[in-house]
Amino acid sequence: MRSPQVPDGGLLSRSRTVAPAGWSRWLVPPAALSVHLSIGQAYAWSVFKPPLEKALGLSGTASALPFQLAIVMLGLSAAFGGTLVERKGPRWAMAVSLLCFASGFLLSALGAATEQFWLIVLGYGFVGGIGLGIGYISPVSTLIKWFPDRPGLATGIAIMGFGGGALIASPWSSQMLESFGADSAGIATAFLMHGLAYAVFMALGVLLVRVPADGWRPPGWTPPTEQRAMVSTAQVSARNALRTPQFWCLWVVLCMNVTAGIGILEKAAPMIRDFFADTSTPVSVSAAAGFVALLSLTNMGGRLVWSATSDAIGRKNMYRVYLGVGALLYLLIATTGGSSKPVFVLSALAILSFYGGGFSTAPAYLKDLFGTFQVGAIHGRLLTAWSTAGVLGPLIVNRVADSQEAAGRSGPGLYSLSLYIMMGLLVVGFVANECIRPVHPRFHEPATEGGAADASAGPANGTEAPDGSQQRLA
Amino acid sequence: MAPSSASPEPAAPRRTWLAVLVWLWVGLPFAYGLYELVLKATQLFTD
Repeated sequence: MRSPQVPDGGLLSRSRTVAPAGWSRWLVPPAALSVHLSIGQAYAWSVFKPPLEKALGLSGTASALPFQLAIVMLGLSAAFGGTLVERKGPRWAMAVSLLCFASGFLLSALGAATEQFWLIVLGYGFVGGIGLGIGYISPVSTLIKWFPDRPGLATGIAIMGFGGGALIASPWSSQMLESFGADSAGIATAFLMHGLAYAVFMALGVLLVRVPADGWRPPGWTPPTEQRAMVSTAQVSARNALRTPQFWCLWVVLCMNVTAGIGILEKAAPMIRDFFADTSTPVSVSAAAGFVALLSLTNMGGRLVWSATSDAIGRKNMYRVYLGVGALLYLLIATTGGSSKPVFVLSALAILSFYGGGFSTAPAYLKDLFGTFQVGAIHGRLLTAWSTAGVLGPLIVNRVADSQEAAGRSGPGLYSLSLYIMMGLLVVGFVANECIRPVHPRFHEPATEGGAADASAGPANGTEAPDGSQQRLA
Repeated sequence: MAPSSASPEPAAPRRTWLAVLVWLWVGLPFAYGLYELVLKATQLFTD
């Protein structure tokens, strides 16, 4: 079956974005990237914190509020707006994301100029946060439909862009603050420039994005006649997906993987310094910053490389690597990391690459389990696992580190317990991944006349699933 | 558009220039960010 069509013929409607004959599918990833590279700026918010604290007399906790609200709104808008995004199409979603994200900056500029911090929280956090959530899920189902042969690669490119957004914004925002000044007027100008620049940059995505025509398939590609056991040809609605154990198992998998990754990210710089403080080769502050940068690089690279690899080895196997090998690496750091810098660094880099890969492989895993019908909306709901992990990860690591310090421990001993907890979380995720089986046919959407499901979803509609059924049984 | 397996598609414009333009649009800022990051990451090995 297809996503419901929007009856009006508005410029942003799904029906106006159907690709003409011969449209290259390689024009779609840049559309997705223009959005993801922009909204990924959120992870560079810390650049604005010190100037805001100084200019508006804020505490560190207060200056983090706009970012925290933005992440909460990301999760909420992705979860609750996902179905609307599926119905209205990617151009509408990207336009909404552009409007919210850019106007969030403009409101923040007004807030900084008038020294009204609540306007910055409202603008960047609330309005901009909606732009983050809608923008994050906007290209997912479209990319999967354009790349039925390589969905992991396609979503990997887009989600890598979210990681890349901070790489661009961090030096760019810093240079802007240097040029305009770090007082309230300078911050306001910087916010204004961000809003305008991101609006122009994201406009490419709005104009360029196209959905494939009915029945489109990549030239020369035919759906595999023998399906993998974990790749369904049936379609499941977002509403039904929430009723399946598969969704919640994957929710646990993502939540555990993200929590464990944040465990390293949150404390990376102090961790590497504490681990080697009493050795003959202590780590300097700038070397620790280099380590954090290297972690960002592998976090981003893992999003592309591992997600593309999952096209070859399957999603379940890929998550076995993320969670199983990740747990072993945590064990390695906990037991031998303090005695060998290369072991510590390489293990941490691998864990961060698995953290990134976990994000980008999730949409393709959802597509395998639930089909392409409402995969964007289901993905939006799954992102609540990210929001949960965003609270859990730092909470565990910081609490444990504080308690170990209070107990008089130092060096690697400060982090041992945290590392074992992270390992345990990954084992929980591993078990949840093992519990994932093909979705029961009672949750499938009924096939309609003429092969209702998208041809791009895999084998022609109406063909049988591996379990021999596609029709709704209930 | 009919399924490609059902009927051959008409000859389509190649749009090579558009592909180059849009990949540069996203690729150049990304390369800038990557360059800045690599500069920072090398501090791990130089300090």
